[in-house]
Amino acid sequence: MSASQSSRTTRSLIVIWTVTVIAFLYIPMVAVALASFSKQRYFRFPISRWTTEWYTKTFESLSVRDLLWTSLSVAALVTVFSVLLAFFGALAFARYDWKGRKLYQRLVLLPIFFPQAVLGLALLLWFSVLDVTTSWQTAVFAHMIWIVPIVILIMSIQVYSFDPALEEAAFDLGATRWQVLREVTLPILSPGIISGGTFAFLLSWGNFPLSLFTTGADQTVPEWLYAKMVSGYTPMVPTLGTLTMSGAAILILVIYLVWMALGARRRARMATNDE
Amino acid sequence: MSASANDQVSWLRQPGVLAALPAAIFLLLGFAGPLVMVFGYSFMPARSFSLLQAPTLENYVSVVSESYYISFAWSVSLAALTVLLLFPICYPVAYGMARLFGKWANLVTVLIAVPLLISENIRLFGWVLVLVKNGILDGSLQTLFGASASGPLYSVPAIVLGLVYVYLPFMLFPLVIGISMVPDTLKEAASDLGASRWQIFREIELPLSMPGILIGGILTFILALGSLAESKILGGQAIVMIADDIESAFTFAQNWPKGSVLSVLLIGLSGLIVFALFRRIDLDQIIGRR
Repeated sequence: MSASQSSRTTRSLIVIWTVTVIAFLYIPMVAVALASFSKQRYFRFPISRWTTEWYTKTFESLSVRDLLWTSLSVAALVTVFSVLLAFFGALAFARYDWKGRKLYQRLVLLPIFFPQAVLGLALLLWFSVLDVTTSWQTAVFAHMIWIVPIVILIMSIQVYSFDPALEEAAFDLGATRWQVLREVTLPILSPGIISGGTFAFLLSWGNFPLSLFTTGADQTVPEWLYAKMVSGYTPMVPTLGTLTMSGAAILILVIYLVWMALGARRRARMATNDE
Repeated sequence: MSASANDQVSWLRQPGVLAALPAAIFLLLGFAGPLVMVFGYSFMPARSFSLLQAPTLENYVSVVSESYYISFAWSVSLAALTVLLLFPICYPVAYGMARLFGKWANLVTVLIAVPLLISENIRLFGWVLVLVKNGILDGSLQTLFGASASGPLYSVPAIVLGLVYVYLPFMLFPLVIGISMVPDTLKEAASDLGASRWQIFREIELPLSMPGILIGGILTFILALGSLAESKILGGQAIVMIADDIESAFTFAQNWPKGSVLSVLLIGLSGLIVFALFRRIDLDQIIGRR
């Protein structure tokens, strides 16, 4: 009786603590959203007058359009290339047994454990020694150093649960290597590819330390936000911040629904196959 | 001779090697290359931009004799403090996610992972709005109690808050994996044999979830060690962390060799810790539950 009561108390304490921690994580986001609707040039709380004029200004601003375009180009290219490289990287990480795999697993994860600001500076030197002019294209390369290992890690989780017998069965039935890849491996790994791609896109979209040193004269959204925070504050900072957060939230929601739908379809197909 | 060449060809033909090659070559060019170059620059004469001069140790000597140990000490102690604060904050949540929440665990995971996908800058800026004079904290206190809380921004505690905030998921998720590796049957057995809850925690849960605790602690420590944005955005000019020093050496001071020495020291310290970690854990077991 008393034991179960104390475990119920622990349970409620853990639930309350978890809710507190989650609320803590969202405090700054709420603050940014609030500030974007404040009429005053400099943020004061409590907010006395509300407005949406900063949104109109942000939508009309041509420089913001440039920023969004740069960030979008970088994130889109990073996503495509990272998913391609990481797909094979994850197969080598988790699917195949080969001599040197343990070493590969460790080396390929090193960039995740690496301070990004230092990596950005090292790449700045690297580009300058190789005589490459930095621009948003070099930022794509820089982001990938950090993002490819993360996507490999995410996809590996899916690959570990993949039964190699399925591929072997397809080979035995006379499928070519390409057919096996397209008809067996890719569909089974698609949830991992989708979540890996989502992470790649959003991590690249939000990255600051690598962009700071590798975009040259081009500027991404996080760089602009930082520059304006440090000097020349405008309420367009929280406004663009809120827009970015909402965009990310919508994207995550859409991907989550797609992910669920894929899972449901696969379960449905397996159920019909069983009959 | 030809036999070993044949061995190499057949090693290269394995599907695993072929699949590993694209990412490996990419990281060789984009990660290993720059690091080797930074290492090389650390031995070049001060303020030189060429790698083709007689190597020298003068940069190492000057870094050691100057006051860089202060920013190193700040970075190491703030990173250690971050880990020490995050462990008790995250452990109950991780325990709940691994053991208690059932189907709600997925929702909790998503809610904690989503902020990771929002730019760190925006989130830290949100804390600026909370902590700044006349901001959300100060404004609420003034309205409610007539008291003022001006001054929490641009201080060491503000930086620690930023570090704890940003790196919380990096401690939490490894802990969840670690705790879920502990089999329930062991705890039941210990409980049946009369072990107290504290004994079960200390003798079973803590040691068996150690791989997760180590990964979480070390990941958090290393990321906080090389952090730049927290001290810039929340710390103002309160203190200088090592990443700030590296940045100014490379950019304002245009002294690549000195920046390289500082990077080598930071990378060396982080590298030692990571390798010590990798010797103790098996990635197949942790990621793939094999």
